[in-house]
Amino acid sequence: MIAGQVSKLIGSRVKRKEDPRLITGEGKYTDDVILPGMAYFAVLRSPYAHARINSIDTSAAADHPDVLGVMTGAEINDRCSEPFPLFAILPGMQYPERWPMAATKANYVGEPIAAVAASSRAAARDALDLIEVDYDPLPVVTDMETAGDADTPVIFEEMGTNLCYEASDQAGDPDRAFAEADGVVEARMEQPRLIPNPMEPRAAVAEYERSSGNATLWVTTQNPHIERMVAAKMLGMPENKLRVIAIDVGGGFGCKINTYSESIIAVVLAQEIGRPVKWAEDRTEHFVATSHGRGQAQYVQAAYKKDGTLLGMKLKIYADLGAYAQVISHVIPTLTPSLAPGVYSCRDIGWTTIGVFTNKIPYDAYRGAGRPEAAYIIERVMDLIADATGKDPVAVRRKNFIPKDSFPYETPTGMIYDSADYDAALDKALDIAGYDDLRAEQKAARKDGKLMGIGVTVTTEVCGFGPAAAMGGLGGFESATVRVDPMGKVTVLTGASPHGQGEETSFAQIVADDLGVPFEDVEIIHGDTSIVARGVGTFGSRTLVVGGTAILKANEQIKEKATRIATALLENKLEDTLDPQLVTLEDGLFSVQDMPDQYVTWADVGSEAYDGQLLPPEEQPGLEAVSFWEPPGLTFPFSAHIAVVEIDQDTGEVSLKRYVSVDDCGTVINPTLVEGQIHGGLAQGIGQALLEQAVWDDEGQLVSGSLMDYAMPFAQEFPMFELDRTVTPSPVNPLGAKGIGEMATISATPTVANAVIDALSHLGVTHVDIPMTAERIWRVLQTHGRRRRGGRS
Amino acid sequence: MIPQAFDYYAPTSVADALRLLRQHGDDAKLLAGGHSLLPIMKLRLSTPQCLIDLGRIAELRFIGEADDGSLAIGAMSTYHDIKNSALVQARVPALAEAAGEVGDVQVQNKGTIGGSLAHADPAGDFPALALALNFELVTATARSGRTIAIDRFFRDLLTTALRPNEILTEIHIPALPAGTGVSYQKLPNKASHYAVVGVAAAITVGDDGVCTEARIGVTGAGATAVRARNTERILKGKHIDAAVIRRAAKRAAANIEDLNDDLHASAEYREHLTTVFAARAIEEALSRAG
Ligand SMILES: Cc1cc2nc3c(=O)[nH]c(=O)nc-3n(C[C@H](O)[C@H](O)[C@H](O)COP(=O)(O)OP(=O)(O)OC[C@H]3O[C@@H](n4cnc5c(N)ncnc54)[C@H](O)[C@@H]3O)c2cc1C
Repeated sequence: MIAGQVSKLIGSRVKRKEDPRLITGEGKYTDDVILPGMAYFAVLRSPYAHARINSIDTSAAADHPDVLGVMTGAEINDRCSEPFPLFAILPGMQYPERWPMAATKANYVGEPIAAVAASSRAAARDALDLIEVDYDPLPVVTDMETAGDADTPVIFEEMGTNLCYEASDQAGDPDRAFAEADGVVEARMEQPRLIPNPMEPRAAVAEYERSSGNATLWVTTQNPHIERMVAAKMLGMPENKLRVIAIDVGGGFGCKINTYSESIIAVVLAQEIGRPVKWAEDRTEHFVATSHGRGQAQYVQAAYKKDGTLLGMKLKIYADLGAYAQVISHVIPTLTPSLAPGVYSCRDIGWTTIGVFTNKIPYDAYRGAGRPEAAYIIERVMDLIADATGKDPVAVRRKNFIPKDSFPYETPTGMIYDSADYDAALDKALDIAGYDDLRAEQKAARKDGKLMGIGVTVTTEVCGFGPAAAMGGLGGFESATVRVDPMGKVTVLTGASPHGQGEETSFAQIVADDLGVPFEDVEIIHGDTSIVARGVGTFGSRTLVVGGTAILKANEQIKEKATRIATALLENKLEDTLDPQLVTLEDGLFSVQDMPDQYVTWADVGSEAYDGQLLPPEEQPGLEAVSFWEPPGLTFPFSAHIAVVEIDQDTGEVSLKRYVSVDDCGTVINPTLVEGQIHGGLAQGIGQALLEQAVWDDEGQLVSGSLMDYAMPFAQEFPMFELDRTVTPSPVNPLGAKGIGEMATISATPTVANAVIDALSHLGVTHVDIPMTAERIWRVLQTHGRRRRGGRS
Repeated sequence: MIPQAFDYYAPTSVADALRLLRQHGDDAKLLAGGHSLLPIMKLRLSTPQCLIDLGRIAELRFIGEADDGSLAIGAMSTYHDIKNSALVQARVPALAEAAGEVGDVQVQNKGTIGGSLAHADPAGDFPALALALNFELVTATARSGRTIAIDRFFRDLLTTALRPNEILTEIHIPALPAGTGVSYQKLPNKASHYAVVGVAAAITVGDDGVCTEARIGVTGAGATAVRARNTERILKGKHIDAAVIRRAAKRAAANIEDLNDDLHASAEYREHLTTVFAARAIEEALSRAG
């Protein structure tokens, strides 16, 4: 297949194969699993952010007539052979051991303390109220910037510090850049913590067979094979005795990468009480039981020249890891400086990244994971330079773009950008938005005393993860098994684990085109470790890029063998020997060159492969191929976004009037799926800019602990998104695809932030933190009045 | 999010409901749309032993005209009923509009006018309108019943004049004098869509253009919805122009003692919003008054 080529299905708006199942209630989510004799469990969670656990009395709970078993943290932990494993340990990093439950000390509100299994969900919940825990509250650490100070209480005594790591590095010569600069802009920027809130909260069901020692775990995960590896290790089981199933998962956004305590508790309780058990998270529980995202304080300085050139940057980034590091959460903040140059050719950057532990629930990947924080920095810096030089934000960006003839391009932070043409994407976005007219409209609006703002960004991100070296021990491949049956129908097993993205459809499109079989003849199977032998999973916008290519590679083997079998069949038909080179596969038919009416079908080849008598003597039966594919490098989608906002002067309320999103994810397999990813991504990114933030009090209690208090956007708050794309295929995979899962989220936050600040720029406002809530903007208006004070034109 | 176990009764008449209420006393809670009660039960902040569901009592769900010409709305009428009622749309369009702004579609389909008033959420929308429109609340007890004037209804945070043995059965909205315009304006809480602050204004203007009556209800700002009496006083007896509106609106939060100060808005911002939405509500009410 040639990258970017539009064949029959690739590039077309095929309807999602998975939708009829999902919208008619036939999806198989974890909480849909009902097993004979199944019990339910509930988890008692720490009400304190930091407290010593003196004693736990479970006797009253155990006496409840419907209770089947109660286990304390110490009892559950005792059944584990290892603590949670961490991957990609950073040099000099210090971290506490983490076991499934708090046994002697709770370190965040929501940390599991005890678990109760009962014959009903309600009884399990009732029994939680019967457990008595004697706590001694301890001083609480919530502020990431002072967590590492000498006079801040230390959470983990054995570490002697709350510092996980402090890493400083530089590329080029930032001091020289600052010395040569005409000016320096600086700002402190906040990245509040966000609460992922996928539609489906987490759940786990475990079944244990005492006779064989085999366990099955149904769980809401984005990566069943990593879940199996981690859970098997911790439970001291061989991997082949633990089956993990995650067929339908209702969104993850990163928060379902981690293996959570409840998976381990589920298996241990199933072993303990001899019945299958289920746990399903409530929405309210989700707020304190499932990892959050973002959470950085960023100190940014940028050196520029009068003509708008960005010469260098110095960054200091604090990251609030929460109470523990998990999987590779500690690595996420390090992606921020790595991507900080964005789409610009600035070569001199110095940075310090400081990861700290606090008494908050651990943080982890959340749609974008480290890259949104980077895009935010650099795209705010571009506008700060525009402010300082009096230039248009578009002109400043163009001035600094990495030129289109320089790809592959190695950034000063060591990333190798695969391909891009930033001007092309920006031109398109400006054209759709009618940028010059918008600026004229803004001028007129200002004359009328109205606040209107236009935000522009051009961003890139890194995705399509592996290779293995980029994955710190989680594996950088994806696997595919392609199987053609005697009827010529195709089954594909993928190690990726789509959970809403729609790869059952896009993978089937690829296979249908590549093998020339009808789309309906392709089944995609994922999310069961006993069916799909190995895989890495779905995160970091890698599924299509890595998983899709693995399928193509398996197809190659299938096509070769099928052609050999077809040759034998055709030879038999023609009663002649054929040069196998003359047999070709086109539109699903194997035919002899120049004899188009002499052909055999996939069904002919399929049935011959299994039951035929004509197989050449050196050919083994069967028509199935396995491939493991690891990409040689990462992919870098990019985008140019424009937002238009208006601000209500009296209330400070921001309303989003227009949103233009031009995204380049290389080859587009299915525009509808890509647009779906962009729509959802924009919604999350805009929500982050305007509404979302987790708020704690000084005691470490999550104040924004429910959807009545934590604002996520409603569809009615958005204008119709104006979408378009450019197509710059990636050279690092044969599909030419780049991944689109996170791009729009990453771009949307700085775009909207820039638009809001642009609306206020004539008042002398150069930076406002997100979320730009009505009150926050009102306060800015209070201090800056409504008078014009410099700023960009 | 699982409530404590409770007994459940679904009477089909007010009389049966009252009997059950007397029988179970303090252990019982009336259930209307459940959109305020069930969330707090799921969090186990409220743990009634028994729920008496008013949902099957047909006589509590109606919209019509009372003998005295007032608009009569059964306590179990939902926001959806009110929003779509031709009668409400004709007589008090602002109430129908406000019903369509409450929460979301699910909330509008289940939440009731009776539940909203009886719950007296400090950020509820209808309490502000109730004050501006001078609702009369008709109740029933096992022995008799009474009519409570809205001005004597909201007592404190989540506390009303209703007694535990009393059921709110219907709401009467007195006919609006000719020349009356009504408007409700709010800043919605972006999470729940409750009012951060909401102001309802009912303004009556005589033929001579002078304001003869003004009732302003404010919600979201304090522990209960309250009337902005200072504002009303400034408006009454005047030709209302932009300057009068400005002056009147400025005083809209004047009689609210402890302004709410929470995650969603500081007291200072709420005070400001009260003046902003008072001005907007007065302006629109006035434009409708003609
Ligand atoms: C997500 C969400 C968003 C919401 N957004 C808004 C909003 O934007 N604006 C807003 O105003 N409200 C909002 N609400 C609240 C909603 O309007 C409630 O439904 C309403 O306040 C209560 O009405 P109910 O019928 O649900 O009452 P219930 O919850 O059933 O009852 C509430 C209380 O009133 C008592 N009660 C009910 N009926 C009677 C009666 N006839 N006589 C005596 N006592 C009675 C009950 O015993 C209970 O104590 C929201 C609710 C939710 C869940």
